Amino acid sequence: MTHTLAPDLAQATVWKTLHDRLRSAGDDERSGLLAVEAKKTRRRIVEMISTAGLGHIGGDFSVTDILTTIFGAVLRVDPAATASPGRDHFIMSKGHCAAALYATLANTGYFSSDELTTFMAPLSALNGHPNRNKVPGVDTNTGPLGHGLPVAVGTAIAAKLTGTDARTYVVLGDGEMQEGSNWEALMAASQYALDNLTIVIDRNRLQQGARTEETNSLDPLDQKLASFGWEVREVDGHDYVQLFAALQPATASKPVAIIANTIKGKGVSFMEDRVEWHHKVPTPEQVELALKELA
Amino acid sequence: MSVTIPAPAVFDNRVAFAETLIELARVDERIVAVCNDSVGSSNLTGFRDQFPERLINVGIAEQDMVGVGAGLANAGMIPFVCGASPFLTGRSLEQIKADVAYSQHNVILCGMSPGVAYGELGPTHHSVEDLSWLRALPGLDIVVPADSRQTEQAVRFAAATPRPTFIRVGRHKVPEVTTEESSWVRGKFGVAREGSDITIIATGTLVSRALVAAEQLATRGVQARVLNAAYIAPFDTDAVLAAARETQAIITAEEANTAGGLGAAVASIIAQAPGVRPPLRILGLTEFAPTGSTDFLLDYFGLTAGSIVNAATEALSHG
Repeated sequence: MTHTLAPDLAQATVWKTLHDRLRSAGDDERSGLLAVEAKKTRRRIVEMISTAGLGHIGGDFSVTDILTTIFGAVLRVDPAATASPGRDHFIMSKGHCAAALYATLANTGYFSSDELTTFMAPLSALNGHPNRNKVPGVDTNTGPLGHGLPVAVGTAIAAKLTGTDARTYVVLGDGEMQEGSNWEALMAASQYALDNLTIVIDRNRLQQGARTEETNSLDPLDQKLASFGWEVREVDGHDYVQLFAALQPATASKPVAIIANTIKGKGVSFMEDRVEWHHKVPTPEQVELALKELA
Repeated sequence: MSVTIPAPAVFDNRVAFAETLIELARVDERIVAVCNDSVGSSNLTGFRDQFPERLINVGIAEQDMVGVGAGLANAGMIPFVCGASPFLTGRSLEQIKADVAYSQHNVILCGMSPGVAYGELGPTHHSVEDLSWLRALPGLDIVVPADSRQTEQAVRFAAATPRPTFIRVGRHKVPEVTTEESSWVRGKFGVAREGSDITIIATGTLVSRALVAAEQLATRGVQARVLNAAYIAPFDTDAVLAAARETQAIITAEEANTAGGLGAAVASIIAQAPGVRPPLRILGLTEFAPTGSTDFLLDYFGLTAGSIVNAATEALSHG
């Protein structure tokens, strides 16, 4: 498959070195390094959304630490060989947080960070929702909610059938758990004992229009997932030590569900836990303030 | 003394589908079948018995089924995703759009018992909107085999050159309309009968009926060309334009809703082509079907050789 974006091999090398260090580092060193990368990613997200005049900044910020940990210290991939057999799979089911994904992919070396300035510009590969045929590192096109997990069940079953140790990681929004297709897939993953599948639910408790619990309550989400046959791990989604530990493989023949408790808009004080920042675009003054907080 | 002409032997295309899939799966471990509790109705019992690990039954969960197919394809497998056509296409249309067509995952969607094959079970179980819905998706091949041989060819082609594809696998028994010499070319109609007066473009179950109609027209001195529209996408624009230029009228016949299917595709081409305006008649379903068997409903909606003859005669005389 040809992508319209080429890998940034220099950055891929930088990232590989960092990745190896992060996997073997102690908790404190790893957390320190991931915090630096996450801050860089959040700054890029502010710039992307400010330039585009569009985006989903609140969810981008709640998921940034999760993405940074997965790509930084967990996922076994090679940006220069996206189709290599046996690689791990990553699926961003909450596709509207494409800015966070693109900034993370660029940081990983899938393409040059210069491309981020084209986010949502006419004919850019970096659409408002990710397209695998244009953006290397994207496994499947998402945007409509409830699509990523079924596809992930497929990649995980394929790994079982072919006997590879490839693992599949999926990031879902919590509001997205209201989609019925996710519960179909949760059942299938349990039925097939997919211990090579890990989902991370970005539990920021806000959806587009209101709080999840005021809209269509998800709690007790942990009990629901456990009753569907999943190994449930609940963590602070901004704590790299907890995230890294939770992202380790299953301890039983079950798929793993991580409920990552997060704050929508995390990192910028005036955006945190405020529903209007689902897809509000910061003014130039707010951009300045945000970048100052993320300095 | 009367002579009884024996009716031609007829076949359920699902049999050819299953036999071919098993044969291919023996030599290609990438081939897997995914289904929605439809092992029996998708005729996958034999496949399951021979390749139990490679039959993935996700239960009654069509959205998950299509997504799982996309994931399997993403990881290098060749998934044949099988389910009753109305539920495969209707319930998981967004998955077909986003996970298969837009993502360009090489999933082969096998819509079982399409059209009005489920007869008396009613419009909930009829798959007559599938051609219209799926034609709107770029990057998805839509294949409608007319007989057992074409079903086998379609499955072989899909396995050898996997790409996002929907195959309509008929259950209503039909006679063979192709021969051993009939080739399979992506995006091309087959010529089931040569003719220069009028063209009948038929798809699936209607091809055999179009051939009977052509024989009846021949007794009246009208030579009908019969095109077998085995591909609804990509569409054989050249064959339509040639028919428009070389014959006096075009009749289309499909076991599908006329809003957006084969006939609509032909109309769109003719309407936009400079200099050709052959009379066109589109035969198909126009409303939710009443109660009745498959044969009753095909009669009811005028999808018979006699109705095709009448439409041809009327188009030739009134324009």
